[in-house]
Amino acid sequence: MELLEVKNLNRYFGGLQAVADVSFNVQEGMIKAVIGPNGAGKTTLFNLIAGNVPPSSGTIMFHSDSIHKLPTHQIARLGISRTFQNIKLFRGMTALENVMVGRHVRTKAGFMASMLKLPWTHREEKEILEKSMELLKFVGIAEYHDVDAYSLSFGQQRAVEMARALATNPSLLLLDEPAAGLNTHETLEIAKLITKVRDLGITVLLVEHDMSLVMDISEEIVVLSFGQKIAEDTPTAIQKNKEVIQIYLGEEDA
Amino acid sequence: MNKKNIIHLACFTGIVILVQLLTQWTDTAYYLTQLTMIAYYSLLIIGLCTLMGYAGQISLGHAGFFGIGGYISAALTSHNLIPYQENTLVKMLNNNGFLVGREDLYGEALLSFHPWPACIIAISFTFITAFIIGIPVLKLKGHYLAMATLGFGIIIYRVVLATEVFGEADGLSEVPGFQLLPGLVVSGDFGARVENYYIAWSLVLIGIVLLLNLTNSRVGRALRSIHGSEEAAEAMGVNTARYKLYIFVLSAVFAALAGIFLTHYNGGIGPSETGILKSVRYVAIVAIGGMANIWGPLIMGVILNFMSLRGMLGTYDDAVFGVILILVMLFAPHGILRLNIWEKCRTIFPLTASKPTRLKENQ
Amino acid sequence: MTTALFFQYLFAGITYGILYAIVAIGFNIIYNTTGIINFAQGEFVMLGGMIAISLNTFLPLPLAILLSVIITMLIGAAIEMFFIRWLEGPSVLRMIIITIGISILIREFALHIWGENVRALPYFQGNEISSVNIWGTNLSPQVLWVIGTCSVMVACLSIFFKFTSLGREMRACSANRVAATLCGINTKNMVTFSFMLSAGIGALAGCVMSPITYTQYDGGTGLAIKGFTVAILGGLGNSMAAVAAGLLLGIIEAFSISVVPLAFQDAISISILLLILFIRPNGIFGRSDIARLKEF
Repeated sequence: MELLEVKNLNRYFGGLQAVADVSFNVQEGMIKAVIGPNGAGKTTLFNLIAGNVPPSSGTIMFHSDSIHKLPTHQIARLGISRTFQNIKLFRGMTALENVMVGRHVRTKAGFMASMLKLPWTHREEKEILEKSMELLKFVGIAEYHDVDAYSLSFGQQRAVEMARALATNPSLLLLDEPAAGLNTHETLEIAKLITKVRDLGITVLLVEHDMSLVMDISEEIVVLSFGQKIAEDTPTAIQKNKEVIQIYLGEEDA
Repeated sequence: MNKKNIIHLACFTGIVILVQLLTQWTDTAYYLTQLTMIAYYSLLIIGLCTLMGYAGQISLGHAGFFGIGGYISAALTSHNLIPYQENTLVKMLNNNGFLVGREDLYGEALLSFHPWPACIIAISFTFITAFIIGIPVLKLKGHYLAMATLGFGIIIYRVVLATEVFGEADGLSEVPGFQLLPGLVVSGDFGARVENYYIAWSLVLIGIVLLLNLTNSRVGRALRSIHGSEEAAEAMGVNTARYKLYIFVLSAVFAALAGIFLTHYNGGIGPSETGILKSVRYVAIVAIGGMANIWGPLIMGVILNFMSLRGMLGTYDDAVFGVILILVMLFAPHGILRLNIWEKCRTIFPLTASKPTRLKENQ
Repeated sequence: MTTALFFQYLFAGITYGILYAIVAIGFNIIYNTTGIINFAQGEFVMLGGMIAISLNTFLPLPLAILLSVIITMLIGAAIEMFFIRWLEGPSVLRMIIITIGISILIREFALHIWGENVRALPYFQGNEISSVNIWGTNLSPQVLWVIGTCSVMVACLSIFFKFTSLGREMRACSANRVAATLCGINTKNMVTFSFMLSAGIGALAGCVMSPITYTQYDGGTGLAIKGFTVAILGGLGNSMAAVAAGLLLGIIEAFSISVVPLAFQDAISISILLLILFIRPNGIFGRSDIARLKEF
């Protein structure tokens, strides 16, 4: 079943066309990757899906509903969660608190209830706490729950971000370069984690530079170059695609 | 409420009681007048602290909200409605118990609003104003937000200065006391000094409990997440615009409450209470106290307001605030209670040790 | 409205408008090199006037003004060196609070030196009652002095930024600070210089305005907020648009007197500020996609 359908998506920044007429689908339960050289429009594509920037034209359907006009927080409510290329944790909050913010969208205590500490908010707080701890365990950093999130190592910070994203109970998880800045060992860990997330039934769409990671875990790959989609196929087919090879040789090995 | 907060609250209550007893033993009960006024300013400060420290939004217009609360309540409770007695609206209000008759100093009959309905009207008006102002203002960031709220403050100041009902440059005086409950009156009555001291600080205590509850809840985390990274907060489903608006309105209401009670306590209010320098002073106190913690600004507020109200700073009052503000922002941008020396003391005395937190530098 | 009255209002509007424009340009110069809005901008105008008034008691007027401008520039430089220069990547909130603190300090300083009295420089030519007749309107020659001086200032500034190497270096700084540093431009000195420059033009404007508007210790804040309104109206950082915006605000304000009471005049211009901030935060002349790239 199609979970996410992107159709004829365009985005201009001034005169620059960052995303040019891109269309692709993401089936439920798969890991799909978007690759492409620097400046190919990958992050812009993510920002369009997550609602951070509105598309100039085109549609994005999620669970067959159009979402491209919704604000980000409503898209999150519908079940799309994300991580950021340059980690955006909440400063001054512990790892656990960061993940607890992720539960925000699935809980409901408001200003009045919180100030007066109504009895039912206790139950909700307990639920938030338990679920968040569970997720920190899932990503393997439960022992650091009480540490200020920004004093953790880079890999651990990515794990916190992942746990925070998972805390929103997403059906689609957008990972923006999950392996950027990680060493080989940490990259392997994150690869394992991504597969584990998929095994929970959560669809994953990721942008990544690390080819080995992409080839290992993804089932389908979309290749972007200068904002345009130039290929969409399985990893093995992509590796043999002449156009893709040319772009990558031109970009990285020349 | 976690253990730490309960200890803090207990200390707070203890100190409030101890101070009163001290003034009794040392025969210095006259300090209670300033301490009561400080309590009401503290209400505003803790509200502003949640806006600035937790949600990360600056407001240079809080004296405006203080003024709205104080002035509306003062005007309603002191404006004589006897000449309009035959007006149907006035009659209706009178029949429903919103008005109260009394006599002025010369034995003339007075008819004006009872403080309770006046207070409710003032709060509602503040609520609505903050809401209407907040929707567009909080879309702004940094300098724009600062200037827009500053502009709002100036407008309130100008309107007060140019409006006859608000007494123009003279302000309003002869504002009656505010009977909270039978036997409990907020007023500057000499005999009720001790009582008023406790009323004021009890109100602050209630305010603190409410705000501590708030900051340790789902809403509090959402607010802090906005401060941390607005983009990520949105991505986690936090409706950042709405939360910023709500906390702005809430802190405005705290400011208005402070204005209302202080006006009834002082028996009047003047235009300088709504001036920019007052707004700046509140921001200064919150900044000096370290923002992201209710207690810091509360303590600094008490110290600085006490010095200022006792006239210890003389004619250099505002200048001293300016100097402190600059020094703190230059050398201890997270508040003087968070100076490195302090952090070191904490590590030396592990009883109160807490993990050093890295605070946010760029907004 | 008679033609004479119309021109009376128009000239009053232009006089104030060009003053606002100068303050706005002061904001822009500092904003462009540092990304800071200097809340003490209005205080430079007040200082310029006050210092000139004091110096004029024993110096001839032109010399007093010249010296006053130089002293204010030095104060501007001192402020930058003491409070701004050595901060590394300060947050916007911190900078706002620091510059507000500076503005309070300057004002209190002025209060203790010059007191609460309203002061004024003498008219440059003639006195309060002398007038020149233009299009059937009687104007004080001082109005022409203000309009003339400020116009010359604006012209000089635009020549300075376009054609001198120092001006070009400052523009490079505002375009991209890191790149400017890499090109060997001492960006720190540029920042000091931008403070001096905006203090200087503020002070000069303060001097020529003093006979008309008078000078008082607390006049800075009102000017700052109006100057900011103008800077926003023109699009933050765009000095030429600020002139147009300044004249616009000045004229609106002048004509508003015929409709609303004088006491609400400030409220009018601030309402305009709020309105502009809400509907077009990038200014009526600014472009939204460019504004988005700037850090606020």
